[in-house]
Amino acid sequence: MEIKEKESVVVRFSGDSGDGMQLAGNIFSTVSATVGNSISTFPDYPADIRAPQGSLTGVSGFQVHIGAGQVYTPGDLCDVLVAMNAAALKTQYRYAKPDAAIIIDTDSFGPKDLEKAQFQTKDYLGEMGIDPDRVIACPLTTMVKDCLADSGMDAKSVSKCRNMFALGLVCWLFDRDLDVAFSFLREKFAKKPEVAEANIKVIQAGYDYGHNTHSSVANVYRIETKNKVPGRYMDITGNKATAYGFIAAAEKAGLKLYLGSYPITPATDVLHELSKHKSLGVITVQCEDEIAGCASAVGASFAGALAVTSTSGPGICLKSEAMNLAVIMELPIVVLDVQRGGPATGLPTKSEQTDLLQALFGRNGESPMPVVAAASPTDCFEMAFAASKMALEHMTPVILMTDAYVANGSAAFKLPNLSEYPAITPPYVPEDLKGSWTPYMRNAEGVRYWAVPGREGFEHILGGLEKDDKTGAISTNPENHDLMTRKRQAKIAAIPVPDLEVLGDKDDAELLIVGFGGTYGHLHAAMDELRAQGKKVALAHFRYINPLPKNTADVLRRYPKVVVAEQNMGQLAGWLRMKVDGFVPQQFNQVKGQPFVVNELVEAFNQIIKK
Amino acid sequence: MAYTSNDFKKGQPRWCPGCGDHFFLASLHKAMAEIGVAPSQTAVISGIGCSSRLPHYMATYGMNTIHGRAAAIATGCKVANPNLTVWQVSGDGDGLAIGGNHFIHANRRNINLNMILLNNRIYGLTKGQYSPTSPRGFVSKSSPYGTVEDPFRPAELCFGARGHFFARAVATDAPGTVEILKAAYNHKGASVCEILQNCVIFNNGTHDAVYSKEGRAKNAIYLKHGEKMLFGENNEYGIVQEGFNIKAVKLGEEGYTEADVLVHDAKCEDNTLQLKLAEMEWPVALGVIRDVEAPTYDDCVWSQIEEVKAAKKYHNFAELLETNDIWTVK
Repeated sequence: MEIKEKESVVVRFSGDSGDGMQLAGNIFSTVSATVGNSISTFPDYPADIRAPQGSLTGVSGFQVHIGAGQVYTPGDLCDVLVAMNAAALKTQYRYAKPDAAIIIDTDSFGPKDLEKAQFQTKDYLGEMGIDPDRVIACPLTTMVKDCLADSGMDAKSVSKCRNMFALGLVCWLFDRDLDVAFSFLREKFAKKPEVAEANIKVIQAGYDYGHNTHSSVANVYRIETKNKVPGRYMDITGNKATAYGFIAAAEKAGLKLYLGSYPITPATDVLHELSKHKSLGVITVQCEDEIAGCASAVGASFAGALAVTSTSGPGICLKSEAMNLAVIMELPIVVLDVQRGGPATGLPTKSEQTDLLQALFGRNGESPMPVVAAASPTDCFEMAFAASKMALEHMTPVILMTDAYVANGSAAFKLPNLSEYPAITPPYVPEDLKGSWTPYMRNAEGVRYWAVPGREGFEHILGGLEKDDKTGAISTNPENHDLMTRKRQAKIAAIPVPDLEVLGDKDDAELLIVGFGGTYGHLHAAMDELRAQGKKVALAHFRYINPLPKNTADVLRRYPKVVVAEQNMGQLAGWLRMKVDGFVPQQFNQVKGQPFVVNELVEAFNQIIKK
Repeated sequence: MAYTSNDFKKGQPRWCPGCGDHFFLASLHKAMAEIGVAPSQTAVISGIGCSSRLPHYMATYGMNTIHGRAAAIATGCKVANPNLTVWQVSGDGDGLAIGGNHFIHANRRNINLNMILLNNRIYGLTKGQYSPTSPRGFVSKSSPYGTVEDPFRPAELCFGARGHFFARAVATDAPGTVEILKAAYNHKGASVCEILQNCVIFNNGTHDAVYSKEGRAKNAIYLKHGEKMLFGENNEYGIVQEGFNIKAVKLGEEGYTEADVLVHDAKCEDNTLQLKLAEMEWPVALGVIRDVEAPTYDDCVWSQIEEVKAAKKYHNFAELLETNDIWTVK
């Protein structure tokens, strides 16, 4: 047996959506992160809660990329594929590298299983052109039954432990310390110790099986750790990081955190996460609809809270009305858009960047709103904090865009120290303005003062009708409307945002790659690969989209070739063309609902360089 | 501190002369003064429509928001700051058509809001289309041959959503209006006050039977909890039970005497008879029809927060981080 030292390895767990692949993948990534490997994960689950068992549409996957150095994406193709049944092998094999090791449960490849997975013959490996030498074919279900024969557990509970056997086998393959997995399970099943112990027994059995048989396996992988940043870490998904960012911002601002929301994939985990933390005073209201989610946030903001509403694209359509109210009333809210595939219900569980123009323009009237986007699971924390600060300090609704990919993906998160984060100071109306204050009086930055109900002497009425700049009364005066429109626009345009950073060959790149939000990892990996091939390439990745960083035009005009790569039909490219005179980029657009594939990016960018 | 109506007044109302909203506004100012909550602790939140202009004439905090969403916005306001007294003002279009969903859910959740429904059975601001409370066959600009749909009966909607408070007054009846507004304030939970209000331009006369004092004497019954349901100029009529239903009878006729007259019970948890009262066409029931205590959403949200605070060991962001599986990279 050969021990392979690798820079990075991709493992994909796949099985029926009830097979617990997400849990197995999660534990494996935690175990790997604990030894200091860099990790990036991506769950790929079907839209149906329970598609028919063993069917092609019911396959759920979890991919994890572990690296010695930094990994930026969950990886294009996997080095190890775990397929818990015939349908998983059939649908997931296309994500495997040509030399990938494949682990299958032979007990789930019976005649009925093969039929459901639409295999024509019993020779399923032959049908798919898979070399049997690469396959660890293990009667996994039988072995789990044997292992738990004396446990007194019923057949269904026993069957639920199959994922742990696969996990044990993968842990052996990667020479992982099982103790971390054991403590993870003891924590997770703290209230059901017998379940924890059964799972632990099965992991150990899977590990031992690998260790004792290892006959058919070509490789054991070793991922060493380098470029370690010392510190304390936890594993975090993008949605959880977003929730944490809001909590941190509310604490920093000294405000209550209010979430008005309505369940929608893939944003619901933010509602779940925030609902847990009542001990931090977080208020979550699961509203009757998306409209009420946003409208109630406007009400909570009026009442003086850090008010947030969370949703995905279809919900943004419904919230645009109340967002617009926040625009004209100049009240702070944060609107989270965890983008999925569209239009309409589209691809609920898949990832796209197709809401950008909706975020920028999807409201009636002149309705400027800041738009920011998170680049990675951990960046969701930073951007949720930044969006909250921006909303509160500039008295405006702000749209925070993430997507299904970063929301569900996870990465190692270095525990932040809030004292290192900037203060959040909303423009409360100074007490000495009592008597002379009117609702649309502005501070030096053009921001309306905030008079929170309860303060005596600052009673006022806001509303959706245009108001007089001076008196705050309803006004249809044409000059006043023009003035107010310009003031609202100027306020947003004046919001300070960090400069656009250029990575890679920033002085002499022949090609500048431009992207925004959740594609950061794939674009970075593509740039790294091109540079490794000797090309001069740079990356400018937008997290602040409205207003754009001040140096945007400088950066975009600096390089001979620019490609804007995005998971839509060219929305960022169009926005940049509108904002930067004479800018005509090349475009790379894909709308598949799946993350970019690094190799495809490299190929496309090489074509642009050659042209 | 004692307040007067003037402490709650602001600006010059711009409703049509004779509009029922003028009468209601004066009663609201008076009720607020008698209730005695400071303007700075009061928020008045409306949607869009003629009656939703009302916050502009209040010296309190307030918002005149977007069409139909007042109840949802008021919900966020009240839950985020339960110390505020929140009044939500809508017309029949704002509250029951575009805002119907928020209306029923605010009632179901029992959020401590005082919800005013100014019902003139017409869209006034858009100049005369039928509303969800216009009767079947109603002729309007958008129904020149008469509507072919049945209206909502607000009490039925409120009760169907498990509402715990419903009262009714006629806009021109200041004492009756002030009384139910104070009762709504005193009720903990969602309180719906239906105000029968006349639109002089597009639906003049819709509430004629009860709009004048004389009309009310003949055609309305003022309900008081714990009192016999008698009405008429000389209390010569009463509400009695008949089988599974109730009916109005003249005492001394058909063998009915005062002993047969039912005593109003607004506190009865079962809303069957209260609904019957609310739906009577003659006499029109006025006053507090239903007023039943129940846990309020906002109270429960905050008491749950206190309970969880006491039970959990983490109370700030740094402590929250420590609840995760953490590893150290050296």
